[in-house]
Amino acid sequence: MPARPLKQIHLAAQLPSVQHTVIWSDPSAGSQIAFDSFAHLARTAERGRFDFFFLSEGLRLREHKGRVLDLDVAGRPEALTVLAALSAVTDRIGLAATVNSTFNEPYEVARRLATLDHLSGGRAAWNVVTSWDAFTGENFRRGGFLAEADRYTRAAEFLHTARELWDSWRPGDFRADAAAGEFVRPGAGRFAHRGRHFDIAGRFSTPPGPQGHPVVFQAGDSPEGREFAAADADVIFSRHADLASGQAAYRDVKARLAKYGRSPADLKIIPSVSYVLGDTPAEAAERAEEVARAQVSPQTALMLLEAAWGRDLSGYDPDGPLPDVDPVPENVVTKGHNLYRSRGREETVRHWRKTAEERGLSIRELIVEVTARPTFVGTPRQVADAMNAFVQSDAADGFVFSPNVVPGGLDELVDRVVPLLQEMGVHRAEYTGSTLRDHLGLKPARRHFEETP
Amino acid sequence: MTHLHLAVALDGTGWHPAAWREPDARPAEILTARYWADLVLEAERGLLDFVTVEDALGLQTSAFHRPDDRTDHVRGRLDAVLLTAALAPLTSHIGLVPTTNVTHTEPFHLAIGIASLDHASLGRAGWRPQITSRAADAAHFGRRTTPQLTDADVLDSELIAARLRGLFAEAHEVVEAVRRLWDSWEDDAEIRDTATGRYLDAAKVHHVDFAGAHFSVRGPSITPRPPQGQPVVAVLAHASTPYELAAAGADVVFLTPQSRPDSVARLDAFARARQHSARPAADPVRTFADLVVFLDDAPGRAAERKQRLDERDGGAFGSDALVFTGTPAELADLLLDWRTTGLDGFRLRPGALPHDLTAITRGLVPELQRRGAFRTAYEADTLRALLRLPRPANRYAPAG
Repeated sequence: MPARPLKQIHLAAQLPSVQHTVIWSDPSAGSQIAFDSFAHLARTAERGRFDFFFLSEGLRLREHKGRVLDLDVAGRPEALTVLAALSAVTDRIGLAATVNSTFNEPYEVARRLATLDHLSGGRAAWNVVTSWDAFTGENFRRGGFLAEADRYTRAAEFLHTARELWDSWRPGDFRADAAAGEFVRPGAGRFAHRGRHFDIAGRFSTPPGPQGHPVVFQAGDSPEGREFAAADADVIFSRHADLASGQAAYRDVKARLAKYGRSPADLKIIPSVSYVLGDTPAEAAERAEEVARAQVSPQTALMLLEAAWGRDLSGYDPDGPLPDVDPVPENVVTKGHNLYRSRGREETVRHWRKTAEERGLSIRELIVEVTARPTFVGTPRQVADAMNAFVQSDAADGFVFSPNVVPGGLDELVDRVVPLLQEMGVHRAEYTGSTLRDHLGLKPARRHFEETP
Repeated sequence: MTHLHLAVALDGTGWHPAAWREPDARPAEILTARYWADLVLEAERGLLDFVTVEDALGLQTSAFHRPDDRTDHVRGRLDAVLLTAALAPLTSHIGLVPTTNVTHTEPFHLAIGIASLDHASLGRAGWRPQITSRAADAAHFGRRTTPQLTDADVLDSELIAARLRGLFAEAHEVVEAVRRLWDSWEDDAEIRDTATGRYLDAAKVHHVDFAGAHFSVRGPSITPRPPQGQPVVAVLAHASTPYELAAAGADVVFLTPQSRPDSVARLDAFARARQHSARPAADPVRTFADLVVFLDDAPGRAAERKQRLDERDGGAFGSDALVFTGTPAELADLLLDWRTTGLDGFRLRPGALPHDLTAITRGLVPELQRRGAFRTAYEADTLRALLRLPRPANRYAPAG
């Protein structure tokens, strides 16, 4: 079999927030809100020649038993505003933000993303997510939550409309030609969109940035989410980080592209992962154990258990066995937390009970087990090899690293693992392009006026 | 004698519509970070209190109340909140005050955007809320109609105020909701108590439960209370209804006097609005007068320059604010004279960029310093402190 060339690993970093996996109690943990923390992480990722730095979004603080959840990191800045500030202190790294398509309007989102693309010289990306819950809707003047079935139809039309707005300025429309006295071409920015969710028309105020269209991400892993990504996204955040399920999801997603006239290289599949390093395998394993226990305090173990059961379980010992009471059907205990949404709570509880019974786990041990996220554990060499094996065997095209500690949690990866990947020839030593599209090896965005009818 | 306060209003290539065709203008760069960084760094070298950046949710127009199809004026611009955020790490003292629309934009998004600008700038954020009644802007959202002004309305600022009373009432609510969201976290809500495993004290993070005639917001904010507690809210006001908005909710009001007596009249009108407002009289509000300025050292040169720009544009440029042409020393005379009416400072709108900005920072500022009327170094790190506005107590925190 002819050897195929080594795939390049796409690397990205996320500033972790609001998950119980963020170890705020670590002695090295700094502010989750100060701009310095964001700048440190983004610059560290840029030092490692990562493709992009990513910020997630949340539009309502989580609540537990009627109060703001107090155990996890809470509070974060508005993502695009921080990324705009980061554009001034970084040069090459992509700047990606989640922006919800339910509680926003296309005109505003399109101009903010075009603005970030201008300010950063072509480094903007948008992770399109959906939401429908009334709990979040309470923070918005239009209340505007959606029927769950409508979330992807609105998201798809939202994205389509944003692309129409970016395309409302054609190349050369922004002239600034002082000699001719023509600043813009007639009709620049004119648009009209009439659809089920949006009926808008007028003049778009912001010419598109250097990338034409910012890079578009999609994070959902449902069949609708995968289809949405295959049709219209450049990157998908997969949830699969074990080899077999990663490969299966990879095949499935890439196979969906052809019917949209796209090739497998047009959509990058990048799971979210973390890492723990040690000088020896044993030391790494020991540190991973410490990390897991720091992530799941006794209080957090009970909180997550209550979230699954939908009822108060404060009388139970976190180091004891699982409760023998049944979960309640309607979860009134936790709001804004979607840990159990994909499987359903009844099924989640059944599965947890079985796991705990089979392996003799306490509540806290079980929670450590079932909430563990994909993590590379080992020596720097082991981690580099594992990452590379994962990518070369088509289980992913790269990884988004979500470190355990802010702001220093990426330092070890960049200092100790990235050089190995560079030596292996699977990660760039220097940026070769200036835009995020360049880093990801994406074609220029196809703009509507370029399509032949 | 306290120093007067000075701000500049930045927009495009300056306020004269033909300014972009001047030889030193950089019109092709108005969508780049570098262009704006050069301007704001110049303003900071001049020790100015703050810069404002204009914005709107529609393409620029040279008609006050409706779009035009002109192609010979600056068109196209960046989102002002993001633009000022990109300027924050490049500067260290100057205040950054973006304009945002409050008619179509969600109050929650406004609150977290400005709070985030305050975090990124370590306490130098301001916010200028602005209503829009343009039907064309409403059509960009497709969700509501707004009271479109007629050509007759725009001849009289009180007619405008009357027509837009509903939008201003809604703007009151937006400012109130945003201010509550900024207070929704007490300053010491984050406790990181490892003994109990609590990252924050839930009793110090509050639902705001704003319910007005136009919308409701439950809260709390997702963004912890910004460094200034409350970023500086600035309102441009020409008539009764916006005076009421400024009286009720602003830290800074921009007035547009046409003369010294008119400055007295407008300050009086604003003072009356304050008396009718429910807000405590002790809350300080800084009064600024807006002026469009064309400045040259040689006597008569600025007026000639403006005339040349007017001829190029095919009409005399006028504005809601007084258009001043003269030397920096003449402008200093006017500012010091008008200040005696009770104004705290001035927001100068440069006629052409960079020319009139550098005339402010390198001509006017030294002139005012010579007269002992302007600072010679920044004396504070936050915008509130520069403006001698106190950091407000949190309305949700227990007193004492």
